[in-house]
Amino acid sequence: MKRAFADLHLKISQKDTNLQRTLQRAANFGYTYISVPFSSEPSTEEIEKLSTVCKSVGIEPVLRIDLYPRNENDLMNNLRRLRRKFDVICVFCGSKDISRQAAKDRRVDLLNFPNVDYQKRFFDRSEAELASNGFAALEIDVKPLFVLDGPARIRFLSCLRREIMLAKTFGVPLIISSGANEERFMRMPRDMASLSYLFGLGVNEALNAVSANPLAIVLRNREKLKSTFIAPGIRLVKAGSTS
Amino acid sequence: MKRVKRRYLAVQLEMDGVPSEKELMDVIWSSVVKFYGEVGASLTRMALISFDTSCKIAVVRTSLEMLDSVRTSLACITGIAGKGAVVHVLAVSGTIKALFKKF
Repeated sequence: MKRAFADLHLKISQKDTNLQRTLQRAANFGYTYISVPFSSEPSTEEIEKLSTVCKSVGIEPVLRIDLYPRNENDLMNNLRRLRRKFDVICVFCGSKDISRQAAKDRRVDLLNFPNVDYQKRFFDRSEAELASNGFAALEIDVKPLFVLDGPARIRFLSCLRREIMLAKTFGVPLIISSGANEERFMRMPRDMASLSYLFGLGVNEALNAVSANPLAIVLRNREKLKSTFIAPGIRLVKAGSTS
Repeated sequence: MKRVKRRYLAVQLEMDGVPSEKELMDVIWSSVVKFYGEVGASLTRMALISFDTSCKIAVVRTSLEMLDSVRTSLACITGIAGKGAVVHVLAVSGTIKALFKKF
């Protein structure tokens, strides 16, 4: 069966005049699911506008919000408020406490860490263990591979290799995203998968990281957001009358 | 002696202007060297087979065992001859004839 590819982190602005062109380009590259993340709670019009543009170019839009919580309470409040409104919730972990809380909370879909500040990449053994018990996946943006050079890129690759080894050990799903804020950082899905060979993923694992793993998250959450969902594995088939 | 298996890659350049064949191969070689070193680069047995300047599609030959490395290096290219550029792999095949059927 033909793979469906997803890029869950196309970081272009919703107000960008080139939004349609960028999404068209993503469609030409062969992506089926694209997520242009919101950084704050969007209005219904904004969501509808994005959906219309995506559908006009033949892409399935994935509603995603990026959370930058100040502390654990802020994270919990945001999750409580936003979980039922979005297909994907990604937490950018700025501190160890936040990353630990995000990893163990089953409402969090993706964990993302600062790309350049290596002191703040908190994906260690404990984090991986917590994430493996929850539903959180580790998201890796490939954009830094294009913008960094020399020792900075070497250090970045070294960090990623360590994190991926831990993720594999503990069975944490991996998601490879472009993290592109400009068209020149966008790559075809298989090219994006090939970039992950640099940090130790095999061919199948790399392809799953741009297709099966992100799709599993999106489909799982969409199922939960349906009105017929009761609990995992249980859904309302038919409602009887009360009379 | 064991026969070296080859793979042919059709690559599409996305940039303003058209680079020369030398500029194109220089940037591909330097990307491979940057990521895999000189020993790794020597194992690729890379060569430019053809370069269609009108549609900016090049065919590059490499050894099968280093195919993934070459593909990664191609994806990492961000500029050619001082101009911003992106290289996309359109198809990979074992023969040139089959390669042109694929895209």
